[in-house]
Amino acid sequence: MLFSETTSSGQFFGLVPWIVFAPIIGLLINIFAPYLVRWLNQTFKTELVWSETATGLVASLAAGATFVIATLQLISLGQHHEGAIIPVAEWIHVGPLALDWNFRVDSLSTTMMLVVSGVGTLIHIYAIGYMHEDVRFKNDVGRYNRFFVFLNLFIAAMMILVSGDSYLMLFVGWEGVGLASFLLIGFWYDMDTLGRPSWANSNAAKKAFITNRVGDFGFLIAGFLIFSYMGSFQFDTVFAAAPELAHAHPEILLLITVFMLIGVAGKSAQIPLYVWLPDAMAGPTPVSALIHAATMVTAGVYLVTRSAPIFSLSHDAQYIVATVGAVTALFAATIAVGQYDIKKVLAYSTISQLGFMVAAVGMGAYVAGMFHLVTHAFFKALLFLSAGSVILGLERGHHHLAHGHHADHAEVFDPGDMRNMGGLRKQMPVTFWVYMIGTLALAGIFPFAGFWSKDEILLDASRHFPHVYWILTAAAFLTAFYMGRQVWMVFFGEARHEAAAHAQESPLIVTIPLMILAALSALGGFMNLPFAGFHNFAHWLEHTLGEIEVLGLDFAVAGISTLLALVASAFSWFLYLRKPLTSGQPDPLKKPLGLLFVGMENKWFIDEAYQHFILNAYANLSKFLAQTIDWDFWHEWFHNSVIAKNFVGLTRFLADPVDLGVVDNLSKVLADWVQETSQTLREMQTGYVRHYALSVLVGVVAILGYLLLVSR
Amino acid sequence: MNFLFEPLTIVTFFPLLGVLALLLINSEQKTAIRWTALVTALLAFVISLWAFFFSGQYDVAAPGLQLVAKYDWITVAGWNIRYYLAADGLSILLVLLTTFLTPIAILSTWTAIEERVKDFMIFFLMLEIGMTGVFLSQDLFLFYIFWEFTLVPMYFLIGIWGGPRRMYAAVKFFLYTMAGSILMLLAILWLGINLDTFAVPELIGKVPAAAQMLLFVAFTAAFAIKVPMWPLHSWLPDAHVEAPTAGSVILAGVLLKMGTYGFLRFNLPLFPEASIQAAPVIGALAVIGIIYGAAVSYAQKDVKKLVAYSSVSHLGFVMLGMFAMNSLGIQGAILQMINHGLSTGALFLLVGMIYEQTHTRELAVYGGLWKIMPVYGALTLIVTLSSMGLPGLNGFVGEFTILLGAWGAGSGSYGSVWFAALSAIGVILAAIYMLYMFQKMFLGPAGEITKHHPLHDLNWREIATLLPLLVFIFWIGLYPKPFFDLMSPTVDELVKLLSAAALR
Repeated sequence: MLFSETTSSGQFFGLVPWIVFAPIIGLLINIFAPYLVRWLNQTFKTELVWSETATGLVASLAAGATFVIATLQLISLGQHHEGAIIPVAEWIHVGPLALDWNFRVDSLSTTMMLVVSGVGTLIHIYAIGYMHEDVRFKNDVGRYNRFFVFLNLFIAAMMILVSGDSYLMLFVGWEGVGLASFLLIGFWYDMDTLGRPSWANSNAAKKAFITNRVGDFGFLIAGFLIFSYMGSFQFDTVFAAAPELAHAHPEILLLITVFMLIGVAGKSAQIPLYVWLPDAMAGPTPVSALIHAATMVTAGVYLVTRSAPIFSLSHDAQYIVATVGAVTALFAATIAVGQYDIKKVLAYSTISQLGFMVAAVGMGAYVAGMFHLVTHAFFKALLFLSAGSVILGLERGHHHLAHGHHADHAEVFDPGDMRNMGGLRKQMPVTFWVYMIGTLALAGIFPFAGFWSKDEILLDASRHFPHVYWILTAAAFLTAFYMGRQVWMVFFGEARHEAAAHAQESPLIVTIPLMILAALSALGGFMNLPFAGFHNFAHWLEHTLGEIEVLGLDFAVAGISTLLALVASAFSWFLYLRKPLTSGQPDPLKKPLGLLFVGMENKWFIDEAYQHFILNAYANLSKFLAQTIDWDFWHEWFHNSVIAKNFVGLTRFLADPVDLGVVDNLSKVLADWVQETSQTLREMQTGYVRHYALSVLVGVVAILGYLLLVSR
Repeated sequence: MNFLFEPLTIVTFFPLLGVLALLLINSEQKTAIRWTALVTALLAFVISLWAFFFSGQYDVAAPGLQLVAKYDWITVAGWNIRYYLAADGLSILLVLLTTFLTPIAILSTWTAIEERVKDFMIFFLMLEIGMTGVFLSQDLFLFYIFWEFTLVPMYFLIGIWGGPRRMYAAVKFFLYTMAGSILMLLAILWLGINLDTFAVPELIGKVPAAAQMLLFVAFTAAFAIKVPMWPLHSWLPDAHVEAPTAGSVILAGVLLKMGTYGFLRFNLPLFPEASIQAAPVIGALAVIGIIYGAAVSYAQKDVKKLVAYSSVSHLGFVMLGMFAMNSLGIQGAILQMINHGLSTGALFLLVGMIYEQTHTRELAVYGGLWKIMPVYGALTLIVTLSSMGLPGLNGFVGEFTILLGAWGAGSGSYGSVWFAALSAIGVILAAIYMLYMFQKMFLGPAGEITKHHPLHDLNWREIATLLPLLVFIFWIGLYPKPFFDLMSPTVDELVKLLSAAALR
């Protein structure tokens, strides 16, 4: 509302609500079109088909439309840096609370829109090919359509998240993406990741939703505090009131940031709430790429950046957030080293990279954090999609074998297990090359995208938070190491499984998006080079975040991180490729690291600890409350034994003497009357019920009489 | 005879015409009976819409009682009992909820009730009269009559068409409500005799502060059992599990709201000082109910019982908001009454639909239903999400407003930060039990029933039963303004009254 007068001059700003409507229209078409087609076929004897192509096309066009709209916002912002707020409708107006459906266009929200819609569209296209094969491997072609409905739902929710003009509208998107994530993690809800009937995938979906709800609890409490101390949820109003609050009640401001951090930890998978993200890999690979790597999980980073005016006011808050991010970055990296599943490695890598971003925005290095968010979206989406291509390749190989040899299908084959791979660079050259580009970008090798963005974070940390710098540097070393390990295990050496030997390259609809993402991963860093005159991204975000400190290139920091990355790669080569792994060989790290590696392999047993100390504890408590307290004690003993039995005794006592006298006649009259007037009631005329009713009646009459006598 | 032509008389007693028509139909003609009942209920809904929105006699923006029908009724021996119906922002939505849910509930019985259809429909329409009367009566005596009257048809609905332990459940339901009501009756009589009137508007501001607490407790006894507030919920699982689907829908959708409405209509305005004193206690009980209901739900093995216990949790939110005593809390509470009627009503409908096919409600035998019943799965998912307060759907708007009110962010801060914070944990717990239910039924590999029982997806009648509820689930979630507009003038007045009492 503050900017509503500017809406008329920004020619494309008015279109921004369509960034949500477009995917909603897409999903509605995909929901109802199959029914419509069936109805038409039945009614008019037509033979129409709502084909996979139609589904994929509608969904991809909807996603593409959001990219067009986001680009138009970019164009308008070029002329009107201040952006605009586009009101759509009132939402909740009660007493002092005034919430509206208002969209906010500024350089920060538009950056997010571009990333979400750009990467989102590419992944939609990729999914047309990927899901075509996936539903066939899983033997349920009917679920193809549903996938794209959920994917569109995700885009819509994510757009609400990034373009809302208040914390509450952001929260709508925040939980909306959580729902989409739940639906997509549990997409193959009746099986596990290997396609066997199981509760595993649906458990993973539930885990994601509930863990996120814990984070949402923090978000809600932060919201309550914001509203009660700053009187609004609208961003500008809150930010304007923040300095005063920082002055009057610094402890409240700190509380707000801490509770918000709980929300961030849930959505962006930080300690202690990161546990859902590795399990989320149960979702089809395009989902892992889009939601659980490139976009949704960065929502927490966006939230902190959006709330920069609050976080910047409290050094304690910055210290806490930066430390949580840094520790997460290192911790998750150690786990990534010990994983065998190609997607699990990437998942822990994502947690680790999110830690980098959270640390960055925590330190106040918002541009660095957002920059890394963007480049990470490119290269991590690329890596996940390529991993998906690898998995498809292996599945093709496996099916090829199964059909060729008429082997029984009973053998459980895990196409995601890196121990089954090896030497794939020959069978899948395109996938191999794009994977290499993604790896170099993630490992932070010059001049790929990750180098520039990670370096900016490290540089900022070295200046302001030395402990964060050291932790992140260690994490960066591990990053290069586990990516080296992965690449050597997957693409080099010799095939360790027949399926890998017979793997086949993916079709163009899968590989073209990969090539585009590879180009972005290679060149994405150039949007914000650390040289005077090239800080384009920083200046772009300045329109939203205000004056930003821009740092040049520090050769010491850049040199150390590059050197470490090279050393780590060499080290991983020494361990995993000097003598290529053979089938069934234990991990070369197992021996030298001993127990340490057992911890890494088993994710430091955090899942088990949560299961035991939190989930089982709650389940037991709930059983105890339900069975012992509520049922045995309260329902059975107290109500049935104590109250009901004594009551029946009382009515007997009342009824027996009184029955012989006056009331007996009265009840008979009543009963006769009831029997005569209604057949219905006859069955109910058990003496049992009558006794109750009678005693109630006696009581009422007595009380009434007493009152009348006394009060007159 | 003028009172017969008052709009609210027609709204309340119109179903009586349906009852008369039903009496004339041969009980073998089940289809005719069903259609008669359905059309009656639909017309009653249309009439209630007409009375409030199209008669030109109800001004939404005015805070006071409107469409007043006020006639002397029993005036012997100095008693001042009146036939006094009127509506304002506190009652309008609940009346509409009643007339809206009744045809839906009737439609849900189409194939579920085959025994004694005529009796069933007669009781059902009688129940509607009672419920509507409760929400419209402005005379305590008249209110009490309607209040007790609703027990009778509900008693028979559970007792005749219920499950295996129907008699036990019906008697328990009857006795519990009755037990609480007797204390309320005492209080009503005390008020009427000492203050010379039973009319609520005339009693406001007249009740001496010294007497308020006892009266408050007496009214609370009746309403707290009905809500039910923890720990008086023991009758609820029995009644819900044994009641036929339509009975559960109305029980959860409307009858429980009679309790929360009672607090709102009588306790707060008549005994404001006592209400303020009691607020911390009620708030604490509400918070315990929220957490306890959620925890106990999670351990249930019977779907219907799970939903029943979830009501304890949801109505805890309503009580919490109401006794925050600010506009956010109270408006949130009223909206949450409607929301609970919609989503829990829908949940009971959904449970009933699968029960009709399988005759079991054991969670363990389901699993993987979504694959066979995609429409059923999708609709249940939406209702589940609504019930657990997903933003964008109705439940969130109510819960969030309540929590914000309880936090004390509004005018007149009786809210407690701790109550709100603890209740927000209930939001996490709601996700746990609702998703658990959804998972056990719809996700995972096919269970016993799913594998071996022939199942068909929802038919058109079932979809039509659910669709109106879904429309409101989205409507209230996305654009609740019209609903808040209906209640806010009256609630503002009530908040003023309470703030004034707080200063005394």
